[in-house]
Amino acid sequence: MLVANLKAELETEVWECLDAVTDPELDEPITDMGFVERIEVTDARKVRVEFRLPTYWCSPNFAFLMAFGIRKEVTSIPWVVEAEVQLNDHCFGEKVNEGVNSGRAYHHIFAKYCDGARLDEVVDTFLAKAFDRRQETVLLGLQALGHDAEDIVSMSLGQLRCVVFSGEEELRQLPRYLDLLVAQGLASEPHDLAFPSWDGDEIAPHELRAHLAKLRGTRINMEFNGALCRGLARTRYKEVEIGPDGPTLIDFIEGRVPSREELAARG
Amino acid sequence: MFKTPDGKEIFVIDGHTHFWDGSPENQANIHGKQFIDCFYAYHTNLSPEDQLWEKARFEKYSEDDVYRDLFIDGPDDMAIIQSTYLNDFYKNGFSSIERSSSMAKRHPERFIVNGSFDPRDGEKALEYIHYMKENFDIKGVKMYTAEWNGNSKGWALDDPAAYKCFELCEKLGIKNIHVHKGPTIIPLSKDAFDVHDVDHAATDFQGLNWIIEHCGLPRLDDFCWIATQETNVYGGLAVAMPFIHSRPRYFGEVIAELLWWIGEDKLLFGSDYAIWTPQWLVEKFWNYQIPEDISAERGGVQLTDDVKEKILGLNAAKLYNIDVDAKKAELAGSPVQIAAE
Repeated sequence: MLVANLKAELETEVWECLDAVTDPELDEPITDMGFVERIEVTDARKVRVEFRLPTYWCSPNFAFLMAFGIRKEVTSIPWVVEAEVQLNDHCFGEKVNEGVNSGRAYHHIFAKYCDGARLDEVVDTFLAKAFDRRQETVLLGLQALGHDAEDIVSMSLGQLRCVVFSGEEELRQLPRYLDLLVAQGLASEPHDLAFPSWDGDEIAPHELRAHLAKLRGTRINMEFNGALCRGLARTRYKEVEIGPDGPTLIDFIEGRVPSREELAARG
Repeated sequence: MFKTPDGKEIFVIDGHTHFWDGSPENQANIHGKQFIDCFYAYHTNLSPEDQLWEKARFEKYSEDDVYRDLFIDGPDDMAIIQSTYLNDFYKNGFSSIERSSSMAKRHPERFIVNGSFDPRDGEKALEYIHYMKENFDIKGVKMYTAEWNGNSKGWALDDPAAYKCFELCEKLGIKNIHVHKGPTIIPLSKDAFDVHDVDHAATDFQGLNWIIEHCGLPRLDDFCWIATQETNVYGGLAVAMPFIHSRPRYFGEVIAELLWWIGEDKLLFGSDYAIWTPQWLVEKFWNYQIPEDISAERGGVQLTDDVKEKILGLNAAKLYNIDVDAKKAELAGSPVQIAAE
C-alpha cells in the first residue's frame, strides 16, 4: 500500500508540474485542456507521459512545442532520472515522439522541416499573443472597477499588485500576466509601468481604446481555437479506453471513470 | 426560401456545402478515417442536441438527404456544392465533381457545383481545369491549401504553379475562388494558418473573386486587414455560423469585426452541410442581434434585416450572376417535391 501511495503521490507531482506547459496557440495549460492522457511513474525515478491533441490534424509545430515543454518540466523534478513523452494518435506523431525522446534540442532535430527558419520564431509569435490576451483580461477588469484610461496607462507594477480583483478570469490571468511581464523584462521594479505594449512602448491615454481593440482581435482568434479544441477534445477522449490495470490517476482527474451509481444503473 | 415571422420571403443561397463519401469503404487509409472523424467531432460539438446525426449517416448520406435537409426541411433556395478530392486519403475522392454533378442533375435549378484542382499536379492540373470547364461548365473552384499530395503537406496560393492555374481560370471565366485555410503542416516554422498568400493572389488576380471560407479564422485580424485592402476578397461564414448557438456572444464579436472591417456586401452565408444543416442556422441567424456593448465598440454595426438578407443570399447571387427575381419565379414554378412515402 505504501508503494501505491508513493506512486500516486509522485504521479500527482508530475501532473502538477505539467500545469506549466501551455498550448502555445491557446495559452491554456495542457492539463486544463485535458490533453494529458496518462502519467506513469516506475521505480520512483522513471516517468512516462502520454498526451493526445483534440484532432489528428492539430498543427505539428505546436505538438512539438508541447512535447518538449512536457519533457522540460518533467526532467526538472529532482527525483526524475528518465522521462519519456508520447504523443498519441497524431498525423505527425512518430516524428514528434522520435524527436522529443532523442534528447537533442528541437531546433536541431526539426531544422530540416523548417526551411532554414527556426521554430523559435513561432514561439515568439505566440508568446506575444498570450501576452495580449492576458493583458486584455487585466485591463478590462480595471475598467470594470472604474479606473479611467489615464489611471490605467500610468499605473505602476507596484500599484497593480495592490488592486483587488473579484472576477474569476481576472484572478486567474493576473499572476500569469505578471509572470510574463517580468520574464520578458518588460517591467521588474515596483515603479515600472504595468501596461507597456509587447514591444515595450508606453500607451498614451487616448491610445488605450485602439490598443484594446487590437487585444480583442487577438483574443477572438484564440477563442475560436480554444472553443473548438475543448469541444473536440471532449469528444475524442470519450474514445480513450481505461487500461488493463484499471483506471489511473489521470482517468479519475479527467472524469473518465464512471461512478458506482452509473455502473449500477448500467446493470 | 426563409419566411420571416412577419411573412417576408428571404432568398437563401447556401455558399458552402458538400456531397461527400467519407465511408469506410471509400477510405484509403487511417488518414481518411481521421479526416471524417474530425468532421464528425465538429458536428457533434457545435450542433444543438436535437440536430445530431448517427455516424454512419454522417459518413455517407444520400441524394435524398441532401434535397430534404437543404430545401424541404431547410430554407435554402440554392446551394453551392464544393469539391474536395483528398486523393491521398480516399479511394474515389472525398467529394468529387462527378459524383456531386450527378446528384445535382436531379434538380439543376437549385445547385451550383464547383470544381477543385491541385496546382502541385502541374500540367495535369491545367488539363483538369479544361476538363471541368468543358464537362461541367464550372463558375468556381474550391481550394484546400492544407491538402496532402505525396511528400508535400500543403501549398500556398502565391506558389508559381498556382498562379498558372489561376491565369487559366481567369481566361476561362472561372471567377469564384473559394479558399479553405486548414492547418499547413510544413514548414513547421510557419504559422500554420497564415493567410498572407491571399493578399498576394488577390492583388495579382483582380479579375477573380476570392472567397475565404470561415473568414480565415483563427486569423480573423489578418483576414480583415487583407479584405479591407482588396476589393475582391470576401468572407465565407461557414464554421463561424454554428457559434451562434454554442457561444452567441462570441459570434457577435466575430460578426461585429467583419461588419466593421469588410462590410455587409462581402459576407456569404454557408452552412458547411453536412457538418451542419441550414434550417437551424438560418433561423437563429434571423433572430440574432449583436449585443449592444459589442456593437458600440465597433461603431454601432448591427445585423439589420437588410444586412441579413444580403449575407443570406444577395451577395452570393451577385458573385454567381444570379438574377434573384427571375430565380424566385423559376423556383416558384417547381416547388420542392416531397417524395411519396
